Amino acid sequence: MNEIAPMEQFSEKPVVEACARAPVGLLAELTHRCPLQCPYCSNPLELDRVGSELTTEQWQDVMRQAAELGILQIHLSGGEPTVRKDLEDIVEVAAKAGLYTNLITAGVTLTRDRLAHLKDLGLDHVQLSIQDVDDVNAEKISAYKNGLAKKREVGKWVRELEMPLTVNAPIHRLNIENLPNIIDFAVELGAGRIEVANIQYYAWALKNRAALMPTRAQVLKSAEIVEAAKERLKGVMVFDFVVPDYYAKTPKPCMGGWGRGVMNVTPQGRVLPCHAAETVPGLIFDNVKDRRLADIWLNGQAFQMYRGTSWMKEPCRGCPRAEIDFGGCRCQAMAFTGDPANTDPACKLSPYHDAFVAAAEQESGEQTPPPFVYRRMSPVKAPAAE
Amino acid sequence: MSTARTRVIIVPASKPALPPHIKLRHDPGRGRWHVLAPERVFEPDPIAIEILKRCDGVASVEQIATDLAKDYNAPLQEILNDTISMLQELSDKGVVKAV
Repeated sequence: MNEIAPMEQFSEKPVVEACARAPVGLLAELTHRCPLQCPYCSNPLELDRVGSELTTEQWQDVMRQAAELGILQIHLSGGEPTVRKDLEDIVEVAAKAGLYTNLITAGVTLTRDRLAHLKDLGLDHVQLSIQDVDDVNAEKISAYKNGLAKKREVGKWVRELEMPLTVNAPIHRLNIENLPNIIDFAVELGAGRIEVANIQYYAWALKNRAALMPTRAQVLKSAEIVEAAKERLKGVMVFDFVVPDYYAKTPKPCMGGWGRGVMNVTPQGRVLPCHAAETVPGLIFDNVKDRRLADIWLNGQAFQMYRGTSWMKEPCRGCPRAEIDFGGCRCQAMAFTGDPANTDPACKLSPYHDAFVAAAEQESGEQTPPPFVYRRMSPVKAPAAE
Repeated sequence: MSTARTRVIIVPASKPALPPHIKLRHDPGRGRWHVLAPERVFEPDPIAIEILKRCDGVASVEQIATDLAKDYNAPLQEILNDTISMLQELSDKGVVKAV
């Protein structure tokens, strides 16, 4: 049976028949507001403000359009999606439209009543992020007090309400040595699935790369830990393991290929091929306020630009892996080489590959990493004096 | 208190069912069936669809296989073995539960 993992940055089967007509997944970033300040946040450095967010009706319309288009799963994310008081109204419409609904939450702003209500409205699955299983470390990473205790409580509610739970554990230099405890924590919490997700270095994580990058030895050891745990926990907990591509030889098929399986809607309604796409120059992002989702998916300039293989240059052009990894990640190519049409520097065929690997080795080898730049809204500019 | 967490082994007497959060759904646009699961979409083949449709928590694996062997005019033992291995794989992926 074919198995599609639409939301993972690493997918073994990127070529998906189901995606020819429409994406299978939509990541709805309902808001950029979040009580946590994790320094690896995937949101852009320039965060959307509350006043610019789509309204309830606009999000509900996105849900209906998504179902009509043929999208199967909706991932309600943020920021922290539960800070939107109308989350229930959005979930209700999404579930009624036939979408499989997934709540991606840090949990700290949830209540049991709210979760029970969301379940009644049709919420299918909860993905709970954790920063670490060590209180001091968890607080240091998230800049939020007592978050871990709250997450334990949320996990308990999810189990009591008999909802399926995924624990999402972003892995980096500060918590990679705790991986065995993180896996145990997820089992105790009752998770049916865990994402051991090494940080991908975009946006805030790229800014904090020198503070977050683990060593190659740490990554290799973590892979062994995951392999052993997978075997031990077969039939109990499903694993998804994402490695940092700085130590890879071939690039990841980012998003399963550009404009191929997934679309992303920002809090303001801009429709992106991936959550970091705004770092790629020369793209025009349509907004759900101006254009139908189906039209954007099929014809939008940003989706057409790097869809398929015709945009490729050497060494991607003609490469036997061209339709396996699609040249990797456009955003990473842009960030590291200055040209989004270059092959991803994670590829060993890239002329930038050695420098890319050297950056990770050098930064992860530093005895004292730099302090975090926490994810915060930039201050509102004061009006200029007359 | 943590829930019982051991691997389920599928045997002929097991009674498989889809948990409430797993959805076997027909997609009219693509003209095929999907199994929707947390962060996963499965594309079942025609035999898998027939098996999954019969996973109601009442019928045993043996009954399901007997039923299919009749419908497809195929040897029971072969169908039973295939059904068990498919359901074991799906159970390990959290897609099927069984008692």
